[in-house]
Amino acid sequence: MLTVAAAARAWLDSALAEAEARAPGWEERFVAAGRHCGREHADEARTLLLRAAGADSDTLTRLYRHGAATERRAVLLALPALVAGPEAVPLVEDALRTHDTTLIAAAVGPYAAAHLTPHAWRHALLKCLFTDVPVTAVAGLAERAAGDGELARMLVDHAAERTAAGRDVPADLTRVLALTAPTEES
Amino acid sequence: MRIFDPHIHMTSRTTDDYQAMYDAGVRALVEPSFWLGQPRTSPASFHDYFDSLLGWEPFRAAQHGIAHHCALALNPKEANDPRCVPVLDDLPRYLAKDGVVAVGEIGYDSLTPAEDTALAAQLQLAADHGLPALVHTPHRDKVTGLRRTVDVVRESALAPDRVLLDHLNETTVKEAADSGSWLGFSVYPDTKMDEDRTVAILKEYGTDRVLVNSAADWGRSDPLKTRAVARAMLDAGFTDDDVDQVLWRNPVAFYGLSGRLHLDLPSPPDLHEGNSVLRGGE
Repeated sequence: MLTVAAAARAWLDSALAEAEARAPGWEERFVAAGRHCGREHADEARTLLLRAAGADSDTLTRLYRHGAATERRAVLLALPALVAGPEAVPLVEDALRTHDTTLIAAAVGPYAAAHLTPHAWRHALLKCLFTDVPVTAVAGLAERAAGDGELARMLVDHAAERTAAGRDVPADLTRVLALTAPTEES
Repeated sequence: MRIFDPHIHMTSRTTDDYQAMYDAGVRALVEPSFWLGQPRTSPASFHDYFDSLLGWEPFRAAQHGIAHHCALALNPKEANDPRCVPVLDDLPRYLAKDGVVAVGEIGYDSLTPAEDTALAAQLQLAADHGLPALVHTPHRDKVTGLRRTVDVVRESALAPDRVLLDHLNETTVKEAADSGSWLGFSVYPDTKMDEDRTVAILKEYGTDRVLVNSAADWGRSDPLKTRAVARAMLDAGFTDDDVDQVLWRNPVAFYGLSGRLHLDLPSPPDLHEGNSVLRGGE
């Protein structure tokens, strides 16, 4: 195991140097990171590469559109560190249209918390409840949910629909509903 | 019993099939790209298909406890449509992906010059990307097609032992075996091979380098035919180890030539930064 990890580290160090230098070929390293670093480290290796290269939103958009699902997830995870404005929101929206929970979970990070419109953010949250993505994956949950009466209404309606069908109301729904209560200051 | 189906088109199958396959012992599969029944009309249609084989379908398989890998290529049939051929220029980008363990299905359909060109070009792509190749042999004029396939492989940069010749039968198995390639048998309800004929070939040619698949797709086919062959092998006196070799170890060895085969299912991604082997001393 140690030699595998050492080989992975050596590969990553070399790839990071290429990315920092923006050497041609660093994007191929980004693609191949899973098989060289191990799938359990692929997200981390790829996000480190994106940060080392200082990838801008055009580059991130191209890598996402050309990427396999694992590469798309890495782009989503890297957004908060690399894109200040709303330019990459279409990537988050694309991921939220899928039914792949690994992409949905990566899409609801701090970048979504900062940039999604209230309507899109509420639907992202409902999508998590629908697809069993734990709401612990949702960044800025307490801050964005606080005092959101429309979100509260959607959650209550969803709970009523579940109850009418004889299904359980997910514990996460109850948890988020509690967070929608108006704060003291508001 | 553990089963690896080395050729099945899950895009065309239901979640019930996935469940039945898991219950029958299928734990891994390779989905080669092929035609979808309805002809495509542009490279963009291939892009979406390839993305699906690298994204949605592995996700779907994992929900049912099955490891999914794919083989990508321009298939022989659509290699004849000039509107589709430019996808060859996009293949290198896709062949670099982690989930790709072979170039395929390539080969002959109607033995045309366009198919010659696409087959030779994609054998070269396999060699360039360190990938083995899954080669479909034609259903019409099969013996001629097999001979021409073996010739093109021999002239290519890809060694015969990195090639799987698929859809073989009694009339083509000997020349395929003599070529040094891996031997694939597709077992179907009505056409191609059946369980008992496959067992007869295994008795004659042995279990080395032989792979058995369901090649199940959108036509009349059965994703549990791998299991049926395993049962027929045991009934005919083959051992559990023989079955494991044909239904598991041989496909693992062949697709393992890519260096990209992972038979454990991916664990749920950790979205939080933390200690890891990679970060190590940082």
